[in-house]
Amino acid sequence: MKVLYFAWVRERVGRETEEIAVPEGVTTVADLAAFLKGRGEGYARAFENPRVVRAALDRRHAKPDTPLAGAREVAFFPPMTGG
Amino acid sequence: MFTVRIQSEDFDAAAEAAALTRGRTDVGAVVTFTGLCRAQDATGGAPLIALTLEHYPGMAEEEIRRLIEEAGTRWPLLGATVIHRYGRMVPGDNIVLVVTTSSHRGAAFAAAEFLMDWLKTRAPFWKLEEREDASSWVAAKDTDDEAAERWG
Repeated sequence: MKVLYFAWVRERVGRETEEIAVPEGVTTVADLAAFLKGRGEGYARAFENPRVVRAALDRRHAKPDTPLAGAREVAFFPPMTGG
Repeated sequence: MFTVRIQSEDFDAAAEAAALTRGRTDVGAVVTFTGLCRAQDATGGAPLIALTLEHYPGMAEEEIRRLIEEAGTRWPLLGATVIHRYGRMVPGDNIVLVVTTSSHRGAAFAAAEFLMDWLKTRAPFWKLEEREDASSWVAAKDTDDEAAERWG
């Protein structure tokens, strides 16, 4: 699965994008965030407060309990501040 | 006619409004909103030098298009154009343009405000502020969430 990071999530993780082999048992957006949080110091800081990290699945806003179910692309980012 | 453009270059609000009315006789109202980069916020910190807008390519355009389509189900819009810039902007620069057209002003005003309110909380853009003392990511405002939520 392709994972993208934006804004301060990207800065803390230290990369814009990567391919992740999603382990068995990781079935929702929240599961994936928890899995990523354990991948190292930068990830731990990016996901230290999972409630403020938003996600999109295949370029649509997703909730923590949204199933990953076959999505090709997932993105994690802070609350949006455009406009 | 619904148009979304995500671009680094500036836009011409008057030309975009004219493009939505040219050759038509059914448009009775055009509302044009332009959001600009400003130097000072209400809290009076160090003046802003520049804003850098990061976006999620692909999703930014798709999400704004979904918002316009939602506006089109709520109000009898004849047209809408949204242009959102990305990259580095200095105070005085344009950031975002919303143009709506309808037969009557009520729908055009309401749809433009709805689009701006929803765009601020749903379109995948993030502002990095550059000030004399430091650079920092802008935090989302509760007042923006409240503005979006009042539309139900």
